[in-house]
Amino acid sequence: MLLPFIPEVGHFALILALMMALIQAVVPLAGAATRRPLWMAYARPMALGQFAFLLVAFASLMASFLFDDFSVAYVANNANSQLPWYYKATAVWGSHEGSMLLWCLMLAGWGCAVAGLSRRLPAALMARVLGVMGLVGSGFLLFVLLTSNPFTRLLPNVPGEGADLNPLLQDVGLIIHPPMLYMGYVGFSVVFAFAIAALLEGRIDAAWTRWARPWTNVAWAFLTVGIALGSWWAYYELGWGGWWFWDPVENASLLPWLAGTALLHSLAVTEKRGSFKSWTVLLAIFTFSLSLLGTFLVRSGVLTSVHAFANDPTRGAFILILLGLTVGGALTLFALRAPRVSQAVTFGWLSRDALLLVNNILLVVMTVTVLLGTLYPLILDALGLGKVSVGPPYFNALFVPLTALLCLFMGLGPVARWKRMPARELWRRLAGAALGAVVLAALAPLVYHGRWNPGVSLGLLLALWLVLSLARDLFDKLRHARSPGAGLRRLAPAYWGMQLGHLGLAVTIVGVTVVSNYNVERNVRMAVGDRVQLAGYTFALRSLDKRRGPNFVADVATLDVSRDGERRFTLHPEKRLYLARRMPMTDVALRPGLLRDLYVAMGEDLGDGAWALRIQYKPFVRWLWLGAALMAAGGVLAVADRRYRRGRGAQRCNDEVVTS
Amino acid sequence: MTRRLLLLVPLVLFAGLAVFLYRGLNHDPVGRESALIGREFPAFSLATVADPDVRHDASLLAGKVTLVNVWGAWCPTCREEMPQLMALAEQGVRLVGVDYKDTREAATEFLDTLGDPFAVNLFDPDGTLGFDLGVYGAPESFLVDRDGIIRYHHTGAIRPENVEQEILPRVQRWRDD
Repeated sequence: MLLPFIPEVGHFALILALMMALIQAVVPLAGAATRRPLWMAYARPMALGQFAFLLVAFASLMASFLFDDFSVAYVANNANSQLPWYYKATAVWGSHEGSMLLWCLMLAGWGCAVAGLSRRLPAALMARVLGVMGLVGSGFLLFVLLTSNPFTRLLPNVPGEGADLNPLLQDVGLIIHPPMLYMGYVGFSVVFAFAIAALLEGRIDAAWTRWARPWTNVAWAFLTVGIALGSWWAYYELGWGGWWFWDPVENASLLPWLAGTALLHSLAVTEKRGSFKSWTVLLAIFTFSLSLLGTFLVRSGVLTSVHAFANDPTRGAFILILLGLTVGGALTLFALRAPRVSQAVTFGWLSRDALLLVNNILLVVMTVTVLLGTLYPLILDALGLGKVSVGPPYFNALFVPLTALLCLFMGLGPVARWKRMPARELWRRLAGAALGAVVLAALAPLVYHGRWNPGVSLGLLLALWLVLSLARDLFDKLRHARSPGAGLRRLAPAYWGMQLGHLGLAVTIVGVTVVSNYNVERNVRMAVGDRVQLAGYTFALRSLDKRRGPNFVADVATLDVSRDGERRFTLHPEKRLYLARRMPMTDVALRPGLLRDLYVAMGEDLGDGAWALRIQYKPFVRWLWLGAALMAAGGVLAVADRRYRRGRGAQRCNDEVVTS
Repeated sequence: MTRRLLLLVPLVLFAGLAVFLYRGLNHDPVGRESALIGREFPAFSLATVADPDVRHDASLLAGKVTLVNVWGAWCPTCREEMPQLMALAEQGVRLVGVDYKDTREAATEFLDTLGDPFAVNLFDPDGTLGFDLGVYGAPESFLVDRDGIIRYHHTGAIRPENVEQEILPRVQRWRDD
């Protein structure tokens, strides 16, 4: 009965969500400015309502996909009746309109979480935070409704079959990558809203940072996972074995991550020492602005292959206006109100404060480096200085030394004390770690590969320096306790979060270093019965077959892999042809391992029963993503810290007093 | 007061950035000048689409005025451009293709259906040569003279009118030179 109207239900729900977002934006902010509790009280119900209606809209779109309603243009363009049901469900965010809807849903979801979890927030602060989030949400809902409506119908000529989801996106990595990434992007809207609220109130205190920090950590952890998933997806889906391309879309996600990392550390200083206040606020604005900029760059088509795909200038213009209003408004407010929140605190040039300041500067420099590299072609073009593209050599040349410097200070930071740290004591505590790192890093390539390699040694030096200084710090903390067990119990989750996060970076650095230097790759021509040797493994092509999948046909190769004459396992790389779009795709055969991946991709049919195959040996490549997972876990673990919950406990006591 | 002005710096920087983004939104990708004009064609070593065992380097371009066309089977505009490339080949222009971010399979099918005007088709699956050429996307074309110097750059599809008005006169000019 209701089935034919599902898209309209979704459309109306979307409009209602916009109305609620507008009320959430206007009434509580006005209420906070004029001190009217009733107006401020609108914030929470509206946040809940906006989320509920967006959920309805999202579910409607998903239902349209599941029921193959090709009268909806977005469904017709991104699905096909042959598509397996799970890809139908996830095709919702397979293209522009649906991903923007997901973006809005998540923004509302974060708003809802703030409304639900930060109940103890002072009413005015809550009203302002949710009000700002409502403003951002209204902007994006308007964008969806006016320029990218996913519910537009193709009437009266309904296509009989859909164009299918882009085969690149028919993959488990792509099911979870965009939601994670968006959760990160959008999650930074919370700390942005907190920053704007603080500017409006003209006050930042320790309580403010205690409220803002957990949200930042969680958003950052989501973004970390999202970036890692994207890299993992590119690794096995594109068939080249690359894991980072410095392409504008990747940079767009790295920018808020770098700024967000700086923000995490700056928030720590603000909470502990009450300093860096205006800097923290500025970083919060930057981080979310870079998330929006990323959305703009990806969605407007400004930087992607401009002439291959039709880009929609109205959408680009709309996002640019949104970006201008949000960021311009925030920075204007910052210029006007920042003097009110800042506070001077002194510290010595060698102290944790100073080291975190250096960390912040380095991270901001890295952000600017990536930003400039990404926008350079655009800027030169606008200035009429010709057109160029900037690529990996530029990024690597600047990013590697900056990372090295960052790691140097990262080793010192956790060991140093706030306010002042005598250089001699710092040296005494870390000399062992430094010496150990140098010796081990110098020897490791010799042991692992039989030949010295300066690149590998440098990478390992950084990683070992991080790990050893972390271990030394842990050792010092436990040595002063009565027993190691008692010492371990006394350490707060926030401390373990820091340890885990820094360890994660070390693990990632090891992965990057080893796989970049010891990767072995061969492009070979193979017929049935041919054998190829690579890094101690023998690959023998046993057979070439054909296979039919739900919406594709595939050539399948079967390779027996042996080592030392002993057969170990078989690999089945595929070359698929997706029927609806006539698009060929490489399905890589992977043998993952903690210390190495074996990677076989089918190239093309060379005739006479021979195929071109790309065989790769990728040592330590898993460490890249393992490190990212550790970093994300660290970010989340730190949220479990007692001081972020203490407030809620106190609230419960107050409630009891009131009720008894 | 200076501190106050300092606080305005982020806003000013952002305003500058927004101007560039706005210009970027409206820029016309066709007819942009390459920074490579007057320079040597970048060095490369690539296999051909037809055979992974045959490799070419920049010496391929020496001795004869050549139009290097960056294309890909995935790019709809390249499809539109093919008749003009066929016409150029018939007029005796030497064409070298760079099959950009593509697969051999798709490329071969593309050439089988639309015709193959190229003397040689270099296979650039990772886009390395395309990158060195500063290519934004496909199609783009570079006219290279006998000494391997890039003389002219065409962005986007070569349209029928471009063949007569732009490409052929330039080919003639660098042949005579």
